[in-house]
Amino acid sequence: MSIFVDENTKVIVQGLTGGQGKFHGLRNRDYGTKIVGGVTPGKGGTDVEGIPVFNTVKEAVEATGATASFVSVPPKFASDAILEAAAGGITFIVCITEGIPAHDEAVTYNRLVEEFPGVRLLGPNCPGIISPGKCNIGITSGDIALAGGPVGIVSRSGTLTYQALHELSQQGIGQTTCVGIGGDPVPGTNFIDCLAAFEADPETKAVMMIGEIGGSEEERAAEWIKLNMTKPVVSYIAGVTAPAGRKMGHAGAIISGSKGTAQAKMDALAEAGVHVCLNPTEAGQKMVEIVKAL
Amino acid sequence: MDLFEYQGKQYFSRFGIAVSPGDVADTVEQAVEVANRVGYPVVVKAQVKVGGRGKAGGVKLANNVDEVRLHAGNILGLDIKGHVVHRLWIERSSDIAKEYYASFTLDRPNKTHLGMLSAQGGVEIEVVAEENPDAIAFLTIDPVRGLDLATSRRWVNEAELDEAAREQAAELLVKLYECYTKGDCDLAEINPLILTPDNKVHALDAKVTLDENASFRHPEWEEFRATETEDPREKMAKEKGLNYIGLDGTVGIIANGAGLAMSTLDVVNQVGGSAANFLDIGGGANADVMASALEVINSDPKVKVIFVNIFGGITRVDEVAKGVLEALQRVSIESPIVLRLDGTNAVEGRAILAPHLNEKLITEPTMLDAARRAVAFANA
Repeated sequence: MSIFVDENTKVIVQGLTGGQGKFHGLRNRDYGTKIVGGVTPGKGGTDVEGIPVFNTVKEAVEATGATASFVSVPPKFASDAILEAAAGGITFIVCITEGIPAHDEAVTYNRLVEEFPGVRLLGPNCPGIISPGKCNIGITSGDIALAGGPVGIVSRSGTLTYQALHELSQQGIGQTTCVGIGGDPVPGTNFIDCLAAFEADPETKAVMMIGEIGGSEEERAAEWIKLNMTKPVVSYIAGVTAPAGRKMGHAGAIISGSKGTAQAKMDALAEAGVHVCLNPTEAGQKMVEIVKAL
Repeated sequence: MDLFEYQGKQYFSRFGIAVSPGDVADTVEQAVEVANRVGYPVVVKAQVKVGGRGKAGGVKLANNVDEVRLHAGNILGLDIKGHVVHRLWIERSSDIAKEYYASFTLDRPNKTHLGMLSAQGGVEIEVVAEENPDAIAFLTIDPVRGLDLATSRRWVNEAELDEAAREQAAELLVKLYECYTKGDCDLAEINPLILTPDNKVHALDAKVTLDENASFRHPEWEEFRATETEDPREKMAKEKGLNYIGLDGTVGIIANGAGLAMSTLDVVNQVGGSAANFLDIGGGANADVMASALEVINSDPKVKVIFVNIFGGITRVDEVAKGVLEALQRVSIESPIVLRLDGTNAVEGRAILAPHLNEKLITEPTMLDAARRAVAFANA
């Protein structure tokens, strides 16, 4: 099994007619994802290489039965696009947009929770989700993933998500699902959401968790793991050498005062029984050992 | 983007938050002119983006022209924790009956806004939080509903501000929240917020951090950007749309994605090297961006080797490869370049570079191998 998306998930792409939306939407389709439509206001009735384009999410959902959306629109329009998806009947929204103002994210997240309980947002500013061999929504290169499990991956950083997939696939270890939750201050889906889903998924036997400096999500995840997780977890936290007070690219990745350091996160995870590794390769090797011993 | 105190006060003023009358001065003569205009006594305050100005002698009271000359002359050019003072803020001195603390920031774990209010202001709030946590009234604010006056009134009561300050403070806090949200601040903090002996409440300091992701709807931020004191390479990188932070080591780093860039720094460190910088070329970087990145790193004399670590996603590796070749034609790069290329269009990218590889342009199959090779060059 996989979490959140599988071979039956029907997906629309909001922003399919834009450069990024088209490139990645078509790549997702080539991978085998059921990309059933696109949404661009004013371009309804046209198509992108055979994928029908609609003016609104509602029309697209009615015509295609889609339940998931891939949001690839500029930061200015992303919040509206996310809320339109939820109002239009989409229940799983993947937003890859980078650069959305934090206040917009905070409002959008809380409106989703209050007005559309049951809708899950992944991102913004995330690479997306891939259940290898079944469904790929977002910008992950499908050929670096390996189908068949048994490892679930959850990561806060885009490129490190690919690195984690790559380390495992190179060693012949497959993945059930790989989720990139994104590095923004208000992520729709967090580590704990993913850890809980992996814990409940019978085909996932172990989890790789990739974190980074800033915030306290890793520490919260560690608490949760300690109390609830029966499956082995391997982690890697990026930013051991990051200086305090400087934003390392992601809006969320900043060490403020004594808080948010890689060391504090690694300590909390180790304390929760997680196998804490110092670089992605080491994490990959540790996971190989764990999977071989299953 | 962090604002200077004077910019924070000017920003507050736009939202109707009361601050002391004052103005900026870059020379002693300007300081005298401002002081004469706002009226004595005045406070001469160093404008640097670092705490502890008072202790460092960067904040002085002046009762007359001579004292303004003396203090302005001493403070201009002063080095406060590595920040040299180029600008002063001169404001009318306020009599203080009470000092409070007020701030708004994002509560990330709760995904709400967090207001902090304390009747014990004027000292570092971290110290209050540590020694007397009950002295801070925390307020969780739903970003959808915002902060209304009724809630604000309950909040100032809970914080036990002095009776005389409560109504004015409640109104000021609603305005500060407006400033925080409509003004797209990551942090809006007043410490101290004061009550004067004649029962007026106003902001005596301003600490504002703006969310740069919201720049598109704030053209007025341009003036703040102009005064950002930056490392020249950081400035050059920013102009080219790159996310660059200068560090002290000898291995120049270029990676795509913040996480991979941080991880590259870590791995270089683990194999015995040290990074000269953090540089994230971002998602979707093309050949031109890559070439610019190499130019920025190349301008750093500390750099002995350049490690390019790319895992293509939205970024296409063939574009990165083209950028490397373009940069090599555009500028003369003395340092060897070690590349690790994986992900989207990696096969195409490696094929583009293959005919050009030599002892100073090298590819390695993994991140760890590439880090080792780069560090070997750096330590040779």
